[in-house]
Amino acid sequence: MTSLAWLIPAALALAGAGLVAFLWALRSGQFEDLEGAAYRALEDEPPDDEIT
Amino acid sequence: MTAHPTELATQQAPGAAPETLVLAVDEMHCGACLRSVERAALRVPGVESARASLAAKRLSVTFDPKQAGEVDVIAALDRIGFTAAPIEAVQQDRGDARQKYLLRRVAVAGFAAMNIMLLSISVWSGEGGSMDPAVAALFRWLSALIALPTVVYAGQPFFASGFAALKGGRLNMDVPISLAIILATGMSLYQTMLNHQHVYFDAAVTLLFFLLVGRYLDEALRVRARGEAQNLLSLQGGIATVLGADGVQRKVAAHALHPGDRLLVATGERVAADGAVREGRGQIDQSLITGETLPVGVKPGDQVYAGTLNLTQSLKIEVTAADSATLLAEISRLMLAAEQGKAHYRRLADRAAQIYAPAVHGLGLATFLGWLAFGAPWQTALTYAISVLIITCPCALALAVPAVQIAAASRLFKRGVMVKAPDGLERIAEIDMVVFDKTGTLTLGKPQLIDETDISDADLAPAAALAAASHHPYAKALVVAAQARLGAVQPASGIEETPGEGLVCREGKSEERLGSAAWCGAEAENSEGAEVWYRRGQERPVRFRFADAMRPDAAETVAALRRQGYAIALLSGDRAGIVEETAQATGIDNWHAGLKPAGKIAWLEARAKEGRKVLMAGDGLNDAPALAAAHASISPATAADISQRAADFVFQGAKLSPVIEAIKTGRRARSMAFQNFGVAAVYNAICVPLAMLGFVTPLIAAIVMSTSSILVTLNASRLAGGGRS
Repeated sequence: MTSLAWLIPAALALAGAGLVAFLWALRSGQFEDLEGAAYRALEDEPPDDEIT
Repeated sequence: MTAHPTELATQQAPGAAPETLVLAVDEMHCGACLRSVERAALRVPGVESARASLAAKRLSVTFDPKQAGEVDVIAALDRIGFTAAPIEAVQQDRGDARQKYLLRRVAVAGFAAMNIMLLSISVWSGEGGSMDPAVAALFRWLSALIALPTVVYAGQPFFASGFAALKGGRLNMDVPISLAIILATGMSLYQTMLNHQHVYFDAAVTLLFFLLVGRYLDEALRVRARGEAQNLLSLQGGIATVLGADGVQRKVAAHALHPGDRLLVATGERVAADGAVREGRGQIDQSLITGETLPVGVKPGDQVYAGTLNLTQSLKIEVTAADSATLLAEISRLMLAAEQGKAHYRRLADRAAQIYAPAVHGLGLATFLGWLAFGAPWQTALTYAISVLIITCPCALALAVPAVQIAAASRLFKRGVMVKAPDGLERIAEIDMVVFDKTGTLTLGKPQLIDETDISDADLAPAAALAAASHHPYAKALVVAAQARLGAVQPASGIEETPGEGLVCREGKSEERLGSAAWCGAEAENSEGAEVWYRRGQERPVRFRFADAMRPDAAETVAALRRQGYAIALLSGDRAGIVEETAQATGIDNWHAGLKPAGKIAWLEARAKEGRKVLMAGDGLNDAPALAAAHASISPATAADISQRAADFVFQGAKLSPVIEAIKTGRRARSMAFQNFGVAAVYNAICVPLAMLGFVTPLIAAIVMSTSSILVTLNASRLAGGGRS
């Protein structure tokens, strides 16, 4: 039964990390352009905001 | 829609306040387009960042207003072949904020549902067996700990909407939803405290998750429709050439024009704003405004309307305020009145809720009273009554309509039809009559050479060779006809064009002329204006006549609609002779010509009184009030912007068949929504008696609720299938 003491927090923490990651992605605009992002991944040159 | 405006804006020099500009970009379809659009914008001096979105078909640019302006960016995109137009600040919000608000709640509810289900399954499988009762109690308390904040946070959209409905004395779907969620959570908490087994946290949160997904889909459809509509409208406004006081020409976005600005409208261009002619005489194609195909002559002092096409000679016009235009003012007034009539339409889901909510609450009450009558203690009676409310919570019902509508909209989108009003899909399914406008709807609104058989190849070839040098719409139509008959057209050389008169070529053996009757020295007998003459040397001039080209499948589409049992009518503002010709060509016997906007509305109202539900298909400014008044409406993408605003659907391309597709999809969406209601009804028919008799356990509740939701969603996704056409 002692295993529950760390298994449950571990399960919650893992799922919580997933939730936080999703909310971060949403806030930082990762879902703004789902179609365009698919093509940007294939771009060889660095994004323009990294050139300057 | 802008991804990182704040991060990128930090690169600019201190002091200069950068401005942000959002442009709608047409024809941006692939990754390569995306990159060339961004690069072209970045090469404009003064532009600090550019970020394009393929999904939204928009480009967001920040620039230093001292060095660059929106016109520079538009011109840069124009050079690489993209049409762009600025979107007004008030229209930039596509409702993204609301969409994100819902998505955050979907995520939180999903997280909570997963974890509570994990704990619940352990309890269901272990309790009463090997599981320590203390551990089961611990798991229930943990579930409560996750569920309570989740319900408070993720339930907000439903609680707010349900409360607003109750306050207004109405019932909507959110009232039973809120009640079920609050009661389920409250009762589960009470049972947890007493260490009993009737704990429904998992059901309540899973329910919330599915409902939020439905709500999110509904909102996503709305956002996409709104964004597309705004892009179309912005692009249509287009760019105007303004003449400065110093005679310098500047390109300006049409929406940035002010009364008093002087515009130069070149031959073949559309007039960008309502105004009065100051210099020049010529002919104007007003078909988009009045539905009339024949060009109208204008002279200094005459009023011209935005959207009309300048045919013959470049004109200088002075912009007048839109509200001073009597025609537009009347159209707006009629539209307002017509829209009020349509506001009474109640959406399918709301109508279902109207029946559903009282039924559910009645059953809950009956269960409570019934168990009391049979002598059960009030706690037991209440528990069973609440489990009835939980099990009947309209999860499948709330998903039934949005899931179908988003699938239907994406199916139509692939086929070139844009759904502007989601409830338009419901209304178009109810129609029993289709009414067409003529110019621009049954026809393309573009001239086409007619009576071709009267013209010999020997006349057509040299005339087309001359015409190839001109941008006049009739000249273009002549070239198209020659290409169709003779293959490639060799443009003649040494051609002089006199605007408003015609073309002349003096290089060959004899002089060749192409243009108006007077230009070619022809006797203009029974001239109707839509004609061009050709004369070689002293030979007899040849007449080329033009008429508005029919959409290639207009007759087929009308016939197909009639076969499907729809009544068909044709309403036009054009004169009787031309309307009759079109009516005969498309096989419509119920036609009415010379109708003013008010006349079209009166005709539609008379049909509505007869109990007809009409789909209006029209494009002109004169159709806008009729589009607003009809039960459902559809416009081609070439329509006047006010008409596109009024229409429920906008279709692209030269074909008329999207009208059939829209009706078909609307009907299929409706039958699928009813199938989904059926799934929900079957589910209730099985579960409600069980719940009323007190047999429903938390396990059964969780399983049946998820299954019905998934069934409904899968059923809806059948509609989205099929590729582009």
